[in-house]
Amino acid sequence: MIFLANDNSCKDTRRYEQPSITVDNAVQMRGVTKIFGSVIANDKVDLDIRHGEILSLLGENGSGKTTLMNMLSGIYFPDEGEVYVEGEPVTIRSPKDAIDLGIGMVHQHFKLVDVLTATENIILGLKEPGRLNLKKAAEKIRAICDKYGFVVEPEKKVYDMSVSEKQTVEIVKVLYRGANILVLDEPTAVLTPQETEKLFDVIRNMKEDGKSIIIITHKLHEVMAISDRVAVLRKGEHVADVDTVETNPQELTDMMVGHAVRLNINRPEPKNRVKRLEIRDLSVNNVYGLRAVDKANFDVYGGEILGIAGISGCGQKELLEAIAGLQSTEEGSSVRYYPEDTDEFKELVGMNPLDIKKAGIGFSFVPEDRLGMGLVGSVGMVDNMMLRSYRDGHSIFTDHKAPKKLAEAVKEQLEVVTPSINTPVRSLSGGNVQKVLVGREIAANPKVLMTAYAVRGLDINTSYTIYNLLTEQKMKGVAVIYVGEDLDVLLELCDRILVLCGGKVNGILDARTATKEQVGLLMTNLQEKEENAQ
Amino acid sequence: MSSVHTVREPLIRISKRSGMPVWKSWLIRLAAVLVALLLSGLFILSVTGLNPIKVYVAMFEGALGTTRKTWFTIRDTMMLLCISIGLAPAFKMKFWNIGAEGQVLVGGIATAGLMIYLGDGSISTPALLVLMAVVSLLAGALWGIIPAVFKARWGTNETLFTLMMNYVAIQLTSYCVALWENPFGSNTVGVINRQTKVGWFPEVFGQNFGLNVIIVLVLTVGMYVYLKYSKQGYEITVLGESENTARYAGMKPGGVIIRTMAISGAICGLAGFIAVAGASHTISTSTAGGQGFTAIIVAWLAKFNTFVMLLISFILAFLQKGAMEIASQFKLNDFASNVITGIILFCIIASEFFINYRMVLRKRKEAEHK
Repeated sequence: MIFLANDNSCKDTRRYEQPSITVDNAVQMRGVTKIFGSVIANDKVDLDIRHGEILSLLGENGSGKTTLMNMLSGIYFPDEGEVYVEGEPVTIRSPKDAIDLGIGMVHQHFKLVDVLTATENIILGLKEPGRLNLKKAAEKIRAICDKYGFVVEPEKKVYDMSVSEKQTVEIVKVLYRGANILVLDEPTAVLTPQETEKLFDVIRNMKEDGKSIIIITHKLHEVMAISDRVAVLRKGEHVADVDTVETNPQELTDMMVGHAVRLNINRPEPKNRVKRLEIRDLSVNNVYGLRAVDKANFDVYGGEILGIAGISGCGQKELLEAIAGLQSTEEGSSVRYYPEDTDEFKELVGMNPLDIKKAGIGFSFVPEDRLGMGLVGSVGMVDNMMLRSYRDGHSIFTDHKAPKKLAEAVKEQLEVVTPSINTPVRSLSGGNVQKVLVGREIAANPKVLMTAYAVRGLDINTSYTIYNLLTEQKMKGVAVIYVGEDLDVLLELCDRILVLCGGKVNGILDARTATKEQVGLLMTNLQEKEENAQ
Repeated sequence: MSSVHTVREPLIRISKRSGMPVWKSWLIRLAAVLVALLLSGLFILSVTGLNPIKVYVAMFEGALGTTRKTWFTIRDTMMLLCISIGLAPAFKMKFWNIGAEGQVLVGGIATAGLMIYLGDGSISTPALLVLMAVVSLLAGALWGIIPAVFKARWGTNETLFTLMMNYVAIQLTSYCVALWENPFGSNTVGVINRQTKVGWFPEVFGQNFGLNVIIVLVLTVGMYVYLKYSKQGYEITVLGESENTARYAGMKPGGVIIRTMAISGAICGLAGFIAVAGASHTISTSTAGGQGFTAIIVAWLAKFNTFVMLLISFILAFLQKGAMEIASQFKLNDFASNVITGIILFCIIASEFFINYRMVLRKRKEAEHK
C-alpha cells in the first residue's frame, strides 16, 4: 500500500487489530475501506465501539475520521468491509438505515432550517402517524433536555440561536430519534472553553445513561479530558487503540503523525517594535447590512504577532478584509498606515487592493477562503503566483518566467507536494494549497502580513512550518496579524491577543501572561447576541 | 466473510475517476462514435428498412462528396466556429451568454443595411467591407454590453437578459425585412446587390468562401492566444473562478464583465457580417438559424480551446450536411435525419461521463471478495 508511511520511529506502526465479533460491543466495523478516486480515505479499518463509553476518534485532517463515521451513519457506502451492530451484520445505505439502528451523527456543519423553531427542526422528516402535535413533541424535547442537562428552548427560532444552541438542537434531534450511538464531528471547533465544558458535562450524562459516544477530534487536551478510549487514525488506517488513562498528549501526537513531533512554538521577544497600522473607529457592515465590525480601535506593530481571537463569525473576516481594502467601511472609519522612517501616514480607507498596491504599501493577506479568494483553483502554481502581480510590465501579455521561478522556489522551500507546478491547485491537498498561498504572500516581502485561519485543516507538521514562517516574518520586522481559532496556539505564538466579541474589540491581552480562561471569557462576555453567526 | 450484507447493496455505484491517460480518453470518444453509428444503424434499419452502410456513405457524400459540397460544409463550419469563438471568453468568465443569436442578427442587420444603402457604387467594395465589418462589430458589442452593464451594476441575471435580447433582435430583424422588402410583397429581402455584387466577399484562391475561412482562422488563433497568454485573458480566468479572488487580486469585476461581453458580442456580430456579406447575401430572422445556441455546445465541449472548437464545429456541420443529404436522397423526412444527428451527438457527450467516472458493479465486487 503506497499510503503506508515507511517510518519506524513510532512505536505503533502496526495496524491495530480488533478481537472477534461479539454482542458485547455496540458497533464493530471490520475491514472497512473507502476509496475516492486515487485517494484511499479508509484502508481496511477495524473499529469497535463499546456500550456506554466515550470514544475519541483522533487523527490529523485527512486521516479519514469523518469518512469512517460517514459510513457508519449512512452518508457513504463502504467499498469493502462489514459493519456489525450488537453483533449482527448490517447494511447501512442511508442515514435512515443508520437511525433505525440507533446510530446518529451530528455533523460539523449544522443542518438546520433557520426559519423554523427548535421543535420543528427536531421533528422535521419524522413520519409519525396522526396529526402533527408540536406540543407533545416539545414536551418530549424538554424531557430529553432535563434528563441530560441540555438547555434548549423548543419555541426558539434557529436564526435567533447562538452556535452552541444550534449544536444542542442537533444533538437533541439525534436523541429524539432514539439514537444510542452518537457520533459528534468536531463538536468543540465552534465553542468557547466554557461552552465546551458544558458540552462535556452533557456527554458524560449521556454516557451514564448507557449511550455510546464517538467524538471526532484532533484536539489532544479534549481527548484527555473527556474520553475513555482513543482510536487513532493515520492516513486512513487505524493505527492505535489505547485507554485514555494509559496515554498522554505527546504519545498521542506521535501516533497521529507517525513520528516524534516537538509541540513547542518558538516565540522570540519582539525587537524594534514600530507602529505600522493605526485602526480607529473601524466599522464594517456585512452583506446583509448588519454591523459586522463595530468601532474597532487598535494598533498593529511591525516586529510582533498580533493574534485575533473570537468565536467564529464575530467579525474577523470583515475586519481583515476591510483593512485589505476588500470591504467598504462605514463613515468615520480610519485605517492609517505608517511607512518606514516617516511620521506621515497614509489613510487606507477608500482604497481598493489595487490602490494599496499602487501606493507602494506592502500588504500581504492570506484569506480564510483559500480557493474562493486567495487562489484560482483551476490553474497551476505558476498562474497562481502571478495573481497579485500579473499587471507588472507594459506588455499586454502576462509574464510567465518570474512566476515560474517563484513557483519552483515555493515548491522547494515549503515542500509543496504536487505532480507539477502546472497542476491545478484545486487538486492538491488542503495543506499544500495553503503552502502555495502563504508562500506567495510571504514572497511579496510584505510590511504587513495578515492571515486568517492560516493552519485550518493542516496537519501538525505543516502547521508548525507555518508558525515558524510567521515568526520568521515577525523577526524581519513585519507586522503579522494572526486570526486563529485554537486558543492554545494563539497563546503560544502571538505577542498580543485581541479578542473580538460580536464585532467589538473586547480586550487586548498580553499573550505571555494571559490564560485561556481569560480569553474565553472575553470571547463571550458581551451580553449582545451574535447576529451574524452562521 | 459474511454474505448477508450484500443483499441490499446498490447494484451500480458511480465513483469519480482520477486522471485518465489522454490516448485512452480519445479511444473512449472514438468508441462512442462507433456506438452511435451502431445505434443509429439499428434505428435506420428498423424504422426505414434501409441499409445503414448505404445511408452513411450518402451522409459522407452529402458533406464531402464534391468540392462544392465540401466548401458548403466548410462555410457552415466557419460560421459555427466564429460564434463559438465569440462565446468562449464570456463562458470562460462564467457569464452565460445565451444571446449569441441576437448578437449575430444585429451584426447581420448592420451589414445588410450598409449593403443596401451604400450599394449604389458610391463607395468601393473593399472600403465597404471594412466599414461593414466595423459596424457589425460595434452592433454586436452593443448587444453584448447592455446585459453586461446591468449585470455589473445591478447584478441582474445575465442568462435571462441575454436570452430576451435575442427576441428584441429578432423583432428588429423582422422590422428591417419589412423595410427592405425586395421585391415588394415577397416579405423577404432577397439577394442584395445580385447584379453588382457590391459588398459581397470577393473570391479568394478562386473560392467564394475563402475570405470566411481566413477571417475565422485568424480569430481562432487570436482568441486562443488572448485567453491563454494575455493579461485580459488571465483576468477572465480568475473572474470565472471566483469574483472574490478577482477583487482580492485588485481587479474590477464589473469592468472585466463589460469589456469581455463587448468582445464576445463583437465577434458574434462579426459572425453576422460573415453570414450576410460572405454567405447568404441576404438577411432574415433565420440568418442566425439557431447556431447561437449550437455554438454553446461547441464552446463547452471544447472546454474553450478554440482549436478543439474547430474540430467540433466541423463534426456538427458535417452531420448537418449529411443529414440533409440522406433526407433528400432516401426521401426520409428531416426528422429522421435529425434523430440520427441526435443519437451521434448524444453518444459523444455521454462519453465524457465515462471519461470522468467509473461504474462499480455489485457483481464485480463480489468476485473480488472470492
